[in-house]
Amino acid sequence: MSSDTQNSGVTGSGTTRTAESGQAPIPAQRPESGQPSGPAPQPDPSGSGRVAGGVFDPGQLLKSFPEAVRKLDPRVMVKSPVMFVVLIGSVVTTGLAISDPGNVFGWAITIWLWLTTIFANLAEAVAEGRGKAQADTLRRAKTDTVARRLKDGVEEAVPGTGLGIGDLVVCEAGDIIPGDGDVVEGVASVDESAITGESAPVIRESGGDRSAVTGGTKVLSDRIVVKITTRPGETFIDRMISLVEGASRQKTPNEIALNILLASLTVVFLLAVVTLRPFAVYAGAGEETSLIVLTALLVCLIPTTIGALLSAIGIAGMDRLVQRNVLAMSGRAVEAAGDVSTLLLDKTGTITLGNRQASEFVTVDGVRESELAEAAQLSSLADETPEGRSITALATRKYEVPERRQEDLKDAEWVMFTAQTRMSGVDTGGRGVRKGATASVVSWVREHGGTVSDETDRAADRIAGAGGTPLLVAVRDADGARVLGVIHLKDVVKDGMRERFTELRRMGIRTVMITGDNPLTAKAIAEEAGVDDFLAEATPEDKMALIKREQAGGKLVAMTGDGTNDAPALAQADVGVAMNTGTSAAKEAGNMVDLDSNPTKLIEIVEIGKQLLITRGALTTFSIANDVAKYFAIIPAMFAAAYPGLDKLNIMQLSSPDSAILSAVIFNALVIIALVPLALKGVRYRPSGADAMLRRNLTVYGLGGLIAPFIGIKIIDLIISHLPGIG
Amino acid sequence: MSPVLAGVLQLLALMAALGLVYRPLGDYMARVYSSDRHWRVEKWIYKAVGANPDTGMRWPAYLRGVLAFSAIGVLFLYLLQRAQGSLPGSLGFQSIDPDQAFNTAASFVANTNWQSYYGEQAMGHVVQTGGLAVQNFVSAAVGISVAVALVRGFARSRTGELGNFWADLVRGTVRILIPISVIAAVLLVACGAIQNFAGIHGVGQFSGGVQEWNGGAVASQEAIKELGTNGGGYFNANSAHPFENPNGLSNLLEVFLILVIPFSLTRTFGRMVGSVRQGYAILTAMVTIWVGFTALMMWTEFAHPGPAFQSAGGAMEGKETRFGIAGSAIFAVATTLTSTGAVNSFHSSYTGFGGGITMLGMQLGEIAPGGVGSGLYGMLVMAVIAVFIAGLMVGRTPEYLGKKIGTREIKFAALYILVTPALVLCFTAAAMALPTPGDSMTNSGAHGFSEILYAYTSGANNNGSAFAGLNADTQWFNTTIGLAMLLGRFLPMVFVLALAGSLAEQNPVPETSGTLRTEKPLFSGLLVGTILIITGLTYFPALALGPLAEGLAS
Repeated sequence: MSSDTQNSGVTGSGTTRTAESGQAPIPAQRPESGQPSGPAPQPDPSGSGRVAGGVFDPGQLLKSFPEAVRKLDPRVMVKSPVMFVVLIGSVVTTGLAISDPGNVFGWAITIWLWLTTIFANLAEAVAEGRGKAQADTLRRAKTDTVARRLKDGVEEAVPGTGLGIGDLVVCEAGDIIPGDGDVVEGVASVDESAITGESAPVIRESGGDRSAVTGGTKVLSDRIVVKITTRPGETFIDRMISLVEGASRQKTPNEIALNILLASLTVVFLLAVVTLRPFAVYAGAGEETSLIVLTALLVCLIPTTIGALLSAIGIAGMDRLVQRNVLAMSGRAVEAAGDVSTLLLDKTGTITLGNRQASEFVTVDGVRESELAEAAQLSSLADETPEGRSITALATRKYEVPERRQEDLKDAEWVMFTAQTRMSGVDTGGRGVRKGATASVVSWVREHGGTVSDETDRAADRIAGAGGTPLLVAVRDADGARVLGVIHLKDVVKDGMRERFTELRRMGIRTVMITGDNPLTAKAIAEEAGVDDFLAEATPEDKMALIKREQAGGKLVAMTGDGTNDAPALAQADVGVAMNTGTSAAKEAGNMVDLDSNPTKLIEIVEIGKQLLITRGALTTFSIANDVAKYFAIIPAMFAAAYPGLDKLNIMQLSSPDSAILSAVIFNALVIIALVPLALKGVRYRPSGADAMLRRNLTVYGLGGLIAPFIGIKIIDLIISHLPGIG
Repeated sequence: MSPVLAGVLQLLALMAALGLVYRPLGDYMARVYSSDRHWRVEKWIYKAVGANPDTGMRWPAYLRGVLAFSAIGVLFLYLLQRAQGSLPGSLGFQSIDPDQAFNTAASFVANTNWQSYYGEQAMGHVVQTGGLAVQNFVSAAVGISVAVALVRGFARSRTGELGNFWADLVRGTVRILIPISVIAAVLLVACGAIQNFAGIHGVGQFSGGVQEWNGGAVASQEAIKELGTNGGGYFNANSAHPFENPNGLSNLLEVFLILVIPFSLTRTFGRMVGSVRQGYAILTAMVTIWVGFTALMMWTEFAHPGPAFQSAGGAMEGKETRFGIAGSAIFAVATTLTSTGAVNSFHSSYTGFGGGITMLGMQLGEIAPGGVGSGLYGMLVMAVIAVFIAGLMVGRTPEYLGKKIGTREIKFAALYILVTPALVLCFTAAAMALPTPGDSMTNSGAHGFSEILYAYTSGANNNGSAFAGLNADTQWFNTTIGLAMLLGRFLPMVFVLALAGSLAEQNPVPETSGTLRTEKPLFSGLLVGTILIITGLTYFPALALGPLAEGLAS
């Protein structure tokens, strides 16, 4: 961020940047250094704004089938109380079917109850399977390496698994780094494609914010000494593998709460069904309410749809993050992302492109625009910084100055831009042009006997006041030295950010821009980008204080960071996304790591968190609303014989009691499979206010959940009523 | 004027009256429970019982107060009935049998007022006025106290303290229930209800023979019976008895008294949580169910087919001619949607559907508007459940009134909604499965089943009305219904107070445009849907075998 503070003069170049706080350091190898976004796409400018789901391939269902059967182990099933009840129901009906082998209806119910259980396991298995592929890639990176451990200055070869915390290891070009650690000596380029998928190498060096290396990555050049910071088996790659596989998945607080509610509904319906037996016997419907029928009724009533899909929804939510190259260390963090009400966004790289660009040439003292543009272009040919290139580009694009290169001018004496002179320019045939920081150019003009008008000062002040950086363009020729005009250099807000922030506001999320700029500049950019608030001249302490203040008001805060001095704030924030380019301290402190190191992704993370919660709520609502239709199928089937009037409840006109009950059970099982893609992809999500979102989801999943089973059960009944023994 | 139009006008008059007092009464109650000044008479009471009304209580302490006070109430009332035979002013009635004394004591302390005795043939002045009437006041005040404690749980933050039970109990009685009861009793006397300590009169009948009528402090007891949603009649005929409910006007006044505190408490709630619109949303949900049920009830009672019914203009069996179908339907719905249980007509004689509506009203948990206090806290628990399910659909973990509905909160809410269905279904199933309880039925088939289902529904939900027909004065019914009443009253209170304690400790989450708006009509609709599906569906199979089978038979 330090470069932002230089707006009084230096038109800094990428290589002079340091990363003091907050801002991602820019590896020298990446010329497009302004965008530390790696391969990640830019935020979809306004566009659909919709969080895309992962792909779902029906073949996965088939492939995961064996795993689903393996999951029938009661010790696994007991974790989901709803499905555990179905499992017990399946066992009971199996016993009953065996004792009465001629009963086609009993066998049909038994088979479909088992399928219900297996479908639930299948949903979870498919969700987990999607992480497996990623885990396999990671495992390949984790081949057992031989480490070159330094002991008292002497190298010895030990297996990578034998390393302990604090060991020093040497890695040279071609070596795989044996474990997570910090570079304590040397500098090297490292290929981290194994974990990030990004093929461009990154620089790792001792000291500073780029000292962290990850086990399993490959040194491409030079020699470094790494101090190991994690035990074997607990390295970043190990954790990534278990995360994407879902092995270490723990239920999130909201998931636990939902499970409690589902368990209590299961108990209520269990009571309703168990007590029904004596009522039915009294009514003379004892025969129609056999144990098989009652089990079928129970399975239909308890919220199996959400019970079956609940864990798949959670795994898929984590997986959607993984697909965006974000690793959440816990599901709790993903849930918290949905609740975030304040986003702290670093200005550079997140809101602005990260380097300032020329936006306008302002003439002074009656100079013609074309003259200024030509001089600005000429003087910037020797400035290879992004800012310099943006000036020549602007001259050509907006002021129609013909494109020129240094080679086009003969006998020219080029004045290259340096951090000391803070000027660039050219001298040809008695004419000299310069462009650069105000103070440098003013003193150059004065040196050559010229004066600087008040109009120039005013123009420069105006630009500075608007948050831009003024650069003066001056010329020295036969008429003497004089200022031609001012270049307005400004931070360019990324396309679509304003719309993005408007969306966030509608979602009830406040955005705060964090910048090292002075308040005036910060205010101008904040207004242009449309953020709600800004924190200027921010120090890590300020950031921390801001987070604590927001949290004291009950708000949940999300932020990104990469530096060691960000670590406390990352730990304090409810959602702390560490950039993968950052230090291990930052990665340790945050609860998510963005492998692409793209701070803009914070917005997507929030949306994925929300989508996860919405999916959970939508399927719960759907599941509960389904019960109405099932009652209308099963109640008349059980009791119409005893009380013929109750046949009026058979509003679906199902063909026989057996087929009605079986249809309800089949619908109940099939709806699980039908909703697996939805559980994995997440429901359609558009950023909007709570009211609109609730209305839409209630209509689709509440009303839809009421109506759909009436239609579904009827269709199934039409089909199975033709089967012998059922119809 | 057609009877239907008369019914609609009665309903509108009732709504207008309720609307008129909604704000002043609701605001007044909010002040009562927020004020830190004590009235002189209250200070005497605190001194007499040795309570410090200024200490803040955390939920376990508050609960201990509720349970200890109620336990003493049960014990006192039990002993009073057991000793009646040796007490003066008892009109010569005998002491009550142990099982019936337990049942009655549990019933009045639990704000149920299920009566397995005949008031005019069993209870003298001392028990009626010194025992039962006292509980009519304090059991109602306990209900409001618990509701207020829950409201404080929502309103307060970063404290575990829910207020002081003794202060809430005494203020509810002294500042709310007694003043309104006094006014109501005077109005009832003006309508023709009796108020005396006279003995038993023998009155000759046209058809020969002598009927025995006894006097009593009826109007005063009638007032608090309705106002405190108690429902225990002075006479066995309850509000159908002309001494209790002489005419159409008194009938409407009684319905008004039943509904006035439960509805107005939503205003109190809104005031105390700092947003009256939140109270309106809860009120909207309550009114929707109440008006819907009343309309359905009128429809089924007026339109019931059958030549006898048609010539009477509807199902008149079991209804008083001075109230007509509309006056009876309005009363029946009000009494079963609250925990009152007073009756001015016999629910057993209603059409199949009509009987079903009275049962479903209770089975919803009596929350529209429900008993005094218990209606509000029951509705708020349902709101917590609705927020939990639907709140997720706005993409945030659920929150209500700025409080997160997390694991602890949902655990207590889930346990709350488990209690009454478990009690109703298990006791009914036991009664149906065992050989002897069935002997108490006077009807067979679906109607007989309804009698037993109704009895436990009424007991566990603290309603207290009876379907009539069932002989409930047996050891089995006295004991099981007594247990159902106590558990159905106090277990939910445990969970409500625990929920309140957990909410009060939280740091509130500020509202943003991403927050679920719980003050909007959409939420009220959602709440009604959640109530109908979650609590209503639990009873669907049982209702199908009782009132639905009966209603659909014709």
